Amino acid sequence: MIIAEPKPIDEIIDSLKDFNRILVAGCDGCVTVCEAGGMKEVEVVASALRIYFKQAGRAVTVDEISLTRQCDRPYTAQLADKIDQYDAVLSLACGVGVQFLAEDYKNKPIFPGVNTCFMGGTEEKGLWTERCQGCGKCILANTGGICPIARCSKRMLNGPCGGSSDGRCEVNKDIACGWHLIYERLKELGQLDRFETPTDPKDWNTSRDGGPRKVIKEVSRL
Amino acid sequence: MKTESTLEKILAAGHLAVTSECGPPRGALPNKVKEKAELLRGCVDGINVTDNQTAMVRMSSLAACIIIQNMGLNPILQMVSRDRNRLAMQSDIIGAYSHGVDTMLCLSGDHPRFGDHPMAANVHDIDSIQMVDMVRNMRDEGKFQGGEKIDGSPKMFIGAAANPFADPFELRVARLAKKVKAGVDFIQTQCIFNVDKFEKWMEGVRERGLHEKVAIMAGITPMKSVGMARYMKNKVPGMDVPDEVVQRMAGVPKEKQSEEGIKICVETIQRLKEVEGVRGFHIMAIEWEQKVPEIVERAGLLPRPVV
Repeated sequence: MIIAEPKPIDEIIDSLKDFNRILVAGCDGCVTVCEAGGMKEVEVVASALRIYFKQAGRAVTVDEISLTRQCDRPYTAQLADKIDQYDAVLSLACGVGVQFLAEDYKNKPIFPGVNTCFMGGTEEKGLWTERCQGCGKCILANTGGICPIARCSKRMLNGPCGGSSDGRCEVNKDIACGWHLIYERLKELGQLDRFETPTDPKDWNTSRDGGPRKVIKEVSRL
Repeated sequence: MKTESTLEKILAAGHLAVTSECGPPRGALPNKVKEKAELLRGCVDGINVTDNQTAMVRMSSLAACIIIQNMGLNPILQMVSRDRNRLAMQSDIIGAYSHGVDTMLCLSGDHPRFGDHPMAANVHDIDSIQMVDMVRNMRDEGKFQGGEKIDGSPKMFIGAAANPFADPFELRVARLAKKVKAGVDFIQTQCIFNVDKFEKWMEGVRERGLHEKVAIMAGITPMKSVGMARYMKNKVPGMDVPDEVVQRMAGVPKEKQSEEGIKICVETIQRLKEVEGVRGFHIMAIEWEQKVPEIVERAGLLPRPVV
């Protein structure tokens, strides 16, 4: 899923302080799971905004909603009949959701309420970690199911570098060395020969380096 | 011979080669480069010119190499994959060769987190092993990585680093094998303080016959003080300084510690000369270049052969 974290409330207030009718819009997708932008967080942010405006002596409407997904037009369309009641929307969805709302409601300022971080998973309660950078050409088959692009600080394809120590990365002892993990896993799988095979330079064209990307599934377009 | 590189000629003639390094200044001060390089005249076969080492901005390796080349010395262009994509690498390589620079070292480079620009994007379009392969292909096939023919291909003698002390230890020989497969000509190792471990690594290197395919130059660093020994032990990623070495430095009075550091360094060279497969020494006297001639002389590596 896409992992996000809430923006500091001061930054949100700074974006919204001049508006009078605000809608805080959460998303029931990824950001709900990573506890950054679901209905629960919508309530928290909306309460903080109400307290701020009350203390500032301003009568500002702050309403709450959460959409099934903000990255899907049938759901963003659900705001169509109420959007005119507001002069600003704070979206707690990931950057995709914020942009979809901005595209769908062209005359309405949409502000982000979270920082979108990465694609990852729930490591344990309250801890989410990165697993994928969406390079567009998956090499996990060769690396024991552990991604060197996402897990190596230098995204080396022929690692580990000389800074790997006790299975930890040179950048920080809290970071596991991605290549150490790959090595251990390949050993476990009896596939250490894969390590010996040099990996060719990557074609980054399928990654962000090729410009904004699109995926087309022709059969679904008929 | 693949190139006109003095280092290649020295190694091919069967001599123990000696290289050292020169870190370019943090400013437009060409005389600083000249002063440091001049200290090494006559006692080394090549001078590594570092590329934004420890992720701090310095005069470019290429520019400093040209200054050194014009002094009649032999610079070795260091290049890290951190700061350049493959276009910039290839253009700098043919640029360097156009100025007569014929030896280079391919590295991944310290992470920007360690330098004074931790906010910088790191490039890593290709890694160090892929860089070796690219340079070899430019030299031997006369082709850019994209496949087009190079009009005037750069005949680079190609080096890379190896760290026998990083983990997991059992992967270190395998990774060297990958560099050999990519076409590396010489290796300069991480600073050796743990000679036992280095010897164990060399055993693994010999078992696979890698010492016959690549010239391994042992990395040597003199320590100025017990403080430096402790710093290298505890703070520098991938460095292995055994307790005995720290204790030995601590066991002599402060004013004699630098001499003790030189002694350790000379003894290490003497011991490593006996290790089969060690073809030379790379002396990294960090901001202590003036000691290199003395180390080389005391280690019995002077005069440098003329090839």
